[in-house]
Amino acid sequence: MNLLLLIPLLPLVGFLINGIGFKHIPKSLVGVIGSVGPVVAFILSIYAFGAFRAGNNAPVIIQLFDWITVGTLNISFSFQIDQLSLLMLLVVTGVGSLIHIYSIGYMSHDAGFGKFFAFLNLFLFFMLLLVMGSNYVIMFIGWEGVGLCSYLLIGFWNKVTNYNNAARKAFIMNRIGDLGFLLGIFLIIQTFGTVEYLPVFEKAVGMSVGDSAIAAITLLLFVGAMGKSAQIPLYTWLPDAMAGPTPVSALIHAATMVTAGIYMVVRSNVLYALAPDTLEIVAIIGLATALMAASIGLFQNDIKKVLAYSTVSQLGYMFMALGVAAYSSAMFHVITHAFFKALLFLGAGSVIHAMSDEQDIRNMGGLRKKLPITFLTFLIATIAISGIPPFAGFFSKDEILAHVYEHNKLMWALGVLGSIMTSFYMFRLLFLTFFGDFRGTHEQAHHLHESPISMTLPLMVLAVLSVVGGFMNVPHVLGGHSALATFMDPLFANAQRANPALFEHGHLDHSTEYLLMGVSVGAALLAMGAAYVLFISKKNVPAADGQESGLQKVIYNKYYVDEFYEAIFVNPMRKLSDALYSFGEFIVDGLVKGAGGLVKLSSGQLRQLQTGETGFYVFAMVVGITALLLWNFGAIIFK
Amino acid sequence: MLNYILSSLVFLPLLGAVVILLIPSSQRHFYKSITLLFCAVELALCGWLYAHFSTANAAYQFLEKIDWITIPLGSLGTVSIDYLLGVDGISLPLVFLTGVVMLVGAVSSWHINKREKAYFALYLLLTSSVMGCFVALDFFLFFLFFEFMLLPMYFLIGLWGGPRREYASLKFFLYTLAGSVLILVVMIALYLSAVDPFESEATQTLVHTFDLRYLADGHNYLPDSILSPTGEIEIWGISSRMLAFWLLFIGFAIKLPIVPLHTWLPDAHVEAPTPVSVVLAGVLLKIGGYGLLRIAYPLFPDAANEYAFSLGVLGVLSIVYGGFNALAQNDLKKMVAYSSVSHMGFVLLGVASLTAEGVNGAVYQMVSHGILSALLFLVVGVLYDRTHNRLIDSYRGLVSPMPQLTVVVSVAFFASLGLPGFSGFVGELFTLMGGFQSDRLPHWLVAIGTLGIVLAAGYFLWTLQRLFFGPFWAKNANDAALLTDLTLREKMMLLPLVMLTLLLGLFPNLVFNLTNQAVTLWMKIFL
Repeated sequence: MNLLLLIPLLPLVGFLINGIGFKHIPKSLVGVIGSVGPVVAFILSIYAFGAFRAGNNAPVIIQLFDWITVGTLNISFSFQIDQLSLLMLLVVTGVGSLIHIYSIGYMSHDAGFGKFFAFLNLFLFFMLLLVMGSNYVIMFIGWEGVGLCSYLLIGFWNKVTNYNNAARKAFIMNRIGDLGFLLGIFLIIQTFGTVEYLPVFEKAVGMSVGDSAIAAITLLLFVGAMGKSAQIPLYTWLPDAMAGPTPVSALIHAATMVTAGIYMVVRSNVLYALAPDTLEIVAIIGLATALMAASIGLFQNDIKKVLAYSTVSQLGYMFMALGVAAYSSAMFHVITHAFFKALLFLGAGSVIHAMSDEQDIRNMGGLRKKLPITFLTFLIATIAISGIPPFAGFFSKDEILAHVYEHNKLMWALGVLGSIMTSFYMFRLLFLTFFGDFRGTHEQAHHLHESPISMTLPLMVLAVLSVVGGFMNVPHVLGGHSALATFMDPLFANAQRANPALFEHGHLDHSTEYLLMGVSVGAALLAMGAAYVLFISKKNVPAADGQESGLQKVIYNKYYVDEFYEAIFVNPMRKLSDALYSFGEFIVDGLVKGAGGLVKLSSGQLRQLQTGETGFYVFAMVVGITALLLWNFGAIIFK
Repeated sequence: MLNYILSSLVFLPLLGAVVILLIPSSQRHFYKSITLLFCAVELALCGWLYAHFSTANAAYQFLEKIDWITIPLGSLGTVSIDYLLGVDGISLPLVFLTGVVMLVGAVSSWHINKREKAYFALYLLLTSSVMGCFVALDFFLFFLFFEFMLLPMYFLIGLWGGPRREYASLKFFLYTLAGSVLILVVMIALYLSAVDPFESEATQTLVHTFDLRYLADGHNYLPDSILSPTGEIEIWGISSRMLAFWLLFIGFAIKLPIVPLHTWLPDAHVEAPTPVSVVLAGVLLKIGGYGLLRIAYPLFPDAANEYAFSLGVLGVLSIVYGGFNALAQNDLKKMVAYSSVSHMGFVLLGVASLTAEGVNGAVYQMVSHGILSALLFLVVGVLYDRTHNRLIDSYRGLVSPMPQLTVVVSVAFFASLGLPGFSGFVGELFTLMGGFQSDRLPHWLVAIGTLGIVLAAGYFLWTLQRLFFGPFWAKNANDAALLTDLTLREKMMLLPLVMLTLLLGLFPNLVFNLTNQAVTLWMKIFL
């Protein structure tokens, strides 16, 4: 048996063991069972990566069985191992393992410990299915599966109504996106007659740029990506999803699941290369999301909410990269973002853990002394996400911005504006949480403690990755070899054949590149300085709820988008369903009952004729016969 | 006996009914076990049938034919009605489904404790007539079984049902009877129009036939007859064949049910006892879909082709309308009933598409919905058995007292809302895909149909949350003590269904291998 099959299978086994037997398995064993699968899967992924690099770089298809055969359509259950799936495998199993280990400590006091690990394992299984599948249907299965796990884990504490609402919102909003994905798959079948990646892309190469079917397919797939990767207009579920336990936010709602949309577009890069209009839309939506989410992040006071909007914003950057056909840059950012955003969330979890479940940064402050490891790693992640060299985020974000600059200078300027906001809200978060004086209750202060090793170890590992992660793809201008981009190059060979013009851009000269880097780093440092002045020198603390005014109030309330959706979509749907039920059923059933009533009425009338008197019957008979005779022979008689 | 496997399937339950009638009421505790035994043997026979069915063969298998009624009518020709049974890849999955659902229904009938003799005799009678519908290949015979089904159903709802049972059972009866009359009219017209080519040749007279195999071949129609494919006979300005198709369609659409002919269904379900709901949703609705596939479509392919768009619209209307109505319900059973309307809409959409994907998907969807609706009505029954209250707003946080039920309901809901891995997904995927590939249906229509998937997520998750999550609370304080978790018997009837939906979801080819060849052959008349 192929060892690669074990990669998704191990977490599935973990799910089954913990899911069925969690009542009978001792707690100490649950965490181990839950973590062993991901760790071994990670080791196997490294092995697969090595084996693949030693080979000839061609995609490997592992055929398991024919899943569905209907008419001429055959959907096989098979995996595809290539550069893209390997990178995703490493990120998913690597970060996934760390977060599993972290959860052993974080969830240790929770009654649903076993259930938690079961769900987390199940998520990993579906996520691996999503990235390993060799066709769009398998991707869709994984896609829906991770949606299920997201639902289960957001609503993990199912006694709290708000959490359940958040879980339901996430699932339904994702479903709306999934409709696009589903229709996209249907159109792919109609256009190409298959759903397997390789034949689809092979056939697509021969099609012309701007083909309307391809444009429709890419747009529909992108609708799916909007849902899963929280882009405008389907982004509002992600901040609410923070209701789930913090490791879930780190794994599912930051590092892996939400990047599935980017994976999908990169996977379909040939199709997108053939649809420049779609790419433009992707870039604009990405930019708009990046800016809008970053601006909301400026004023949030819930430590996880800030990070959630930051995630939405960073995902926007990735889509912006995709929109300018900088596919490998987008993947690069997916990877570095997985490192530092997982670290930020886990750090936030460590803080929340220490603060006895407090999440409001207005009640924190000065935590750096009590939580030194958490502080240090959080600081590293903050520097990394703000794009300050030489940490990971600098390389990936800078690469995206450089590609955007080549595409459109205004977009680039707005992108830099977004990174200024990023730097500001991140340092605001850092300063308010870890610097200044403690603002919480005495009780909280009394309980403050650094987290156990099972939690701090993943923090340290991720911190190292956030520092050095950028070196996997150092650009030529800084003396590197763009190793990651080179590795991924074969993925885009078909796209380059299909639409060479898209990839022909005048290479920026080195002085421009230095200038761009200087501007974005300078801007980030400036924003950091501003945050320092505001929150450390001036010791500002954000206003209490309801004290905001003007534009700040609008932004603090997330531009009232949730309220808008509620008024425009949710309530009308409810009203429509009530109206259809009470009104529609009333009419339909009324007609039926009316018909019944009519029969009853007429039979009631007719019954009166049945008097039972012979005289009446004879009379009626005579009248009848006369009438019949008249009917038949009337014409003759009255001639 | 195995040479007469199909007859055994049909008459074995009837034998069971006779046995029950013969056993005196003093021994009434045997009725349940006898019913269970007969249903189990029935399922075993279905298993044997499945094992010996040749999937490569698209034609009818296990044929049994006996000349049943032959009346020479002189110049009017000869009436020939055959006792003709057979199964193909379209009917076999439904036969198997019937075996499973009837057995599960028998287990869930355990708590019936009034007039057991009548109940279980009627239950077995129902099993016989449903089986008969799926294996009869003579229209007359089919119609007999189809009509005969009404009798046990009417009494099962009317005698063992809820407070408004008489209203509901009468409504069910009248609706279905109205449909039957329409079917009967077409049957008579068909009888006048088609002949058995071989018998006619042999006897040199016109031997009129109800054999569905002959009726499905346009060459067997008399040139000047009322339903002749070549003739241009019109009734009230409408082509007679088109009219006949619509009459058949309405007859079967009532059963399916298709909006706006569905209003009997929520009432019937709400009043019916749990096992009867299970059987009603699990198999009886499928007879409507099967009737379209076996009779309406093959006999009038021209009309089916011409009206594909209208039929597709009706399917999508059912999907969306049923979904919206399910969203508005407070009675759990009504919510499930409307979800049935929505899910059966997919069947019509798939059939209307006249594509291999759509028609295979429609059969699959019927099997899948049979399992899932049985599961859904059973879990409603679990709640109802305990408190006799199905109103969703009477409970909150049931996960605390009933964690196992919560798991089963979650699985049932997610499977029903089309989560991959469960059977619901495959059925919806393929009926929608078929609709999308069809050049008879516009893309926008199918796009509207996909809304049904979002609506399903809406009403199932909303219900799940309201009933099971949050802090535990029951409107009626006395109910709190009654809400105990699943018993062994309940697990025994729920688990197999959960396993089945999972099995079919993971390995859809278990069904598609059966249907594929038959559907390919079936499609030929529409090319």
